[in-house]
Amino acid sequence: MRRLKWLVPTLYIAFLMLPIYWLLCMSFKNTNEILGSLTLWPRNFTLENYQKIFTDPTWYRGYINSLIYVVINTVLSIAVALPAAYAFSRYRFMGDKHLFFWLLSNRMAPPAVFALPFFQLYSAVGLFDTHIAVALAHCLFNVPLAVWILEGFMSGVPKELDELAFIDGYSFPQFFRKFLLPAIASGIGVAAFFCFMFSWVELLLAKTLTSVDAKPIAATMTRTASTSGYELGLLAAAGALTIVPGAFVIYFVRNYIAKGFSLGRV
Amino acid sequence: MKRVSQKAWWLVLPVVVLVGFNAIVPLMAVVNYSVQETFGNNRFFFEGVKWFDEVVNSPRFYGALRRQLLFTAIVLLIQVPLGMAIALAMPRRGVWASACLVLMSMPLLIPWNVVGAIWNIFALPDLGLLGWALNAMGINYNFTRQPLAAWATLVAMDVWHWTSLVALLAYAGLSAIPDAYYRAAKIDGASAWAVFRYVQLPKMKHVLTIAILLRFMDSFMIYTEAVVLTGGGPGNATTFLSIDLVKLALGQFDLGPAAAMSLIYFLIILLLSWVFYRVMTRDEAPG
Repeated sequence: MRRLKWLVPTLYIAFLMLPIYWLLCMSFKNTNEILGSLTLWPRNFTLENYQKIFTDPTWYRGYINSLIYVVINTVLSIAVALPAAYAFSRYRFMGDKHLFFWLLSNRMAPPAVFALPFFQLYSAVGLFDTHIAVALAHCLFNVPLAVWILEGFMSGVPKELDELAFIDGYSFPQFFRKFLLPAIASGIGVAAFFCFMFSWVELLLAKTLTSVDAKPIAATMTRTASTSGYELGLLAAAGALTIVPGAFVIYFVRNYIAKGFSLGRV
Repeated sequence: MKRVSQKAWWLVLPVVVLVGFNAIVPLMAVVNYSVQETFGNNRFFFEGVKWFDEVVNSPRFYGALRRQLLFTAIVLLIQVPLGMAIALAMPRRGVWASACLVLMSMPLLIPWNVVGAIWNIFALPDLGLLGWALNAMGINYNFTRQPLAAWATLVAMDVWHWTSLVALLAYAGLSAIPDAYYRAAKIDGASAWAVFRYVQLPKMKHVLTIAILLRFMDSFMIYTEAVVLTGGGPGNATTFLSIDLVKLALGQFDLGPAAAMSLIYFLIILLLSWVFYRVMTRDEAPG
């Protein structure tokens, strides 16, 4: 029994990797091979699908657009969440618990509910089809999450640190920069990871708020999928490339993943 | 004890402004639509609760709600025990633990429509590995035609996509148990079940609460993956609440009923999340 324990995660990971393997496999095949008889690995290994993506602006611009709004969103979310998380972890103030629950309730709002009003709101303020619009819209669910995670990490920092710094004559911004931020550096990394993740994977709002200039890669893919069944290889290559930024980010935070997923509260 | 200070409001102000802009203005717009009727030209007429009446009396809404509840129940029942089992069987430290964590996180960072596309390519009856293998084994499988196959594929996709979240959270809870607890249990001659019941489960309780809440909320809002994979079909077999809502609002442009349905939908999520939260934190001291 004990000796077979490794089987559970191994089988699970095999189950996770199988569809990803198939995606990669498809992305290296040409259209003839895909539509011909089924082959378990690419017989005529080709890079033409990837070549098309890296040379056609409608494809690679999608990646750039997605990365731009994801980065803006991550920076913005962390920047506003830091002081708020400090307030929640150190002070009691009027309506603090209600405010916290209200923030979290936005994490529960289905994006489908907000799609149309968001479209109208951002059109009205003239931000439609900009990276800023998507970055701001994604703050709806990322800011509450960032506050929640950072508050967990800050509560783990002893309050004596604040008091000592203030006694030594540091001002609040100085204390924040020189003492608090280094103390919760891993928490900031984890929060940034989550913001990146949820902004990167969301499509409904990103698609609703853009048309040409800021169109995310994911939306480019849905267009291809619906117009032509013959571009399966291309679609697979585009999908495979969307896994890369995520894999890259995971590698950097691998040592904090476990703690991060518990939102700093273990 | 935390200090009482109203100045802390200044620190939360940016968050309130930013989230408020995104949450309150659109929410008010939804409330507005839900009580008005328009015949174009931006002229609106007050309709009271007519749309709410229409939604709560429509079989279409109950159909979507029933499918949604069934889907959420199925994925929670699979993902929570499976995630816990995986976390219990994972190596505690070393290279293998890191490798497991990184590999398991992969599906979580794939854009949701790509998740749908991956499973579409994987499950196509003629071109996909899964569909081809099932048909080769003599099982007649076609998820675009058979409701049952569509459901099974959607559930498999959701398990593939999200079980890791439960596993990682449970794993985080388990890593926080000091080795001394296990030694003490061993000295007492505790069985594996007793260790699980009295040492591991209580430590996982808090993170499991978070896991179940997150999984409940997100599976209740499932949209993109399901649309890419099945498009709500065959027929209406996999039309969940979000899919139905988008059909109503952006497909048919029935703003009034769509807005009323949005509010009911949001309230259901809020209410159920709150109930879940209260039930699972019942034993803890109020904090």
